Amino acid sequence: MGLLDKEFNDSNIVVAKMEDVMNWARLSSLWQLSFGLACCAIEMMAASASNYDFDRFGVMPRPTPRQADVIIISGTVTLKMATRIKRLYEQMPDPKYIISMGSCANTGGPYWEHGYHVLKGIDRIIPVDVYVPGCPPRPEALFEGLLKLQEKIRTETIRTKNKKIA
Amino acid sequence: MSAEQIYNLLKENFGDAILEMVSNVPTEPIISVEPLQINVISQFLRDSNELQFDNLMNLSGVDDNNATKTTNEDGSVSSEGGTLSVYYHLDSFSLKHKIALKTSTNRDVPEVESVTNIWYSANWHEREAFDMFGINFLNHPDLRRILMPDDWEGFPLRKDYENPEFYDGMKIPY
Repeated sequence: MGLLDKEFNDSNIVVAKMEDVMNWARLSSLWQLSFGLACCAIEMMAASASNYDFDRFGVMPRPTPRQADVIIISGTVTLKMATRIKRLYEQMPDPKYIISMGSCANTGGPYWEHGYHVLKGIDRIIPVDVYVPGCPPRPEALFEGLLKLQEKIRTETIRTKNKKIA
Repeated sequence: MSAEQIYNLLKENFGDAILEMVSNVPTEPIISVEPLQINVISQFLRDSNELQFDNLMNLSGVDDNNATKTTNEDGSVSSEGGTLSVYYHLDSFSLKHKIALKTSTNRDVPEVESVTNIWYSANWHEREAFDMFGINFLNHPDLRRILMPDDWEGFPLRKDYENPEFYDGMKIPY
């Protein structure tokens, strides 16, 4: 918050825009729903573990959708699972964000033609904020997705959620 | 015990219920049996002193792809007749021999006796064969779909299966 440096008049007061503070708080503590689907989930777990340490971006898994800000769809979504995912998503409090991780969650991946049981893209049932390509994406790619999401949240205003970023 | 001996022993005890044995396969020789006799035959295979097949390694359904297909005027294909099969891969821990059983049933009314009361591991395998091929296992304790949703229509691994357009409001094709 370097811009605020010159606005200190008293040692206890910081002057800032409400939106900036809220966005900063939101993007710095994106708690993810502790939820994984397939091989992408293994990469997601690697991203959470100490080598990559998702927690340094403020991401940590919460075991209940009621305390989660972001849900990472990490893997193949079967039609049977899709109805459950929709319910999980609906149980999350606003504001809530979705990262679609890997080819399966993005478009159905290798199951696009013969997967009679696979939902061809999670965006058919819930609105996706960031798509991360890869099969599966490396933890670095997931980080890139998270940083994109943070960038997106930084531009939010109280009136509009999810303003488009270039 | 060799496959030949197992076949002869079964033939002695069950006669016409044992159909044939195919040996020129890369896996264990396959003995074909009647679908409505499989339960008593399995009981014998497990309990007989010379055989002791105490382990059902795998049970799987197969569509033999031998139905007569006719193309209708509107271009759709309908199939008639043909068979569905169930394969049983048996193993004996104590005697260290293996064998495969096969039983074929009519595709239109596919009925095979359950072997769940003999090898409990057959329970979920039979549910899977029911889920994918619609094979009805008689006397199964809990014959429900195991993989697909309970309200799914059709049996996905049948050769004449056609993908539905929608499930529960979700579009399925790409």
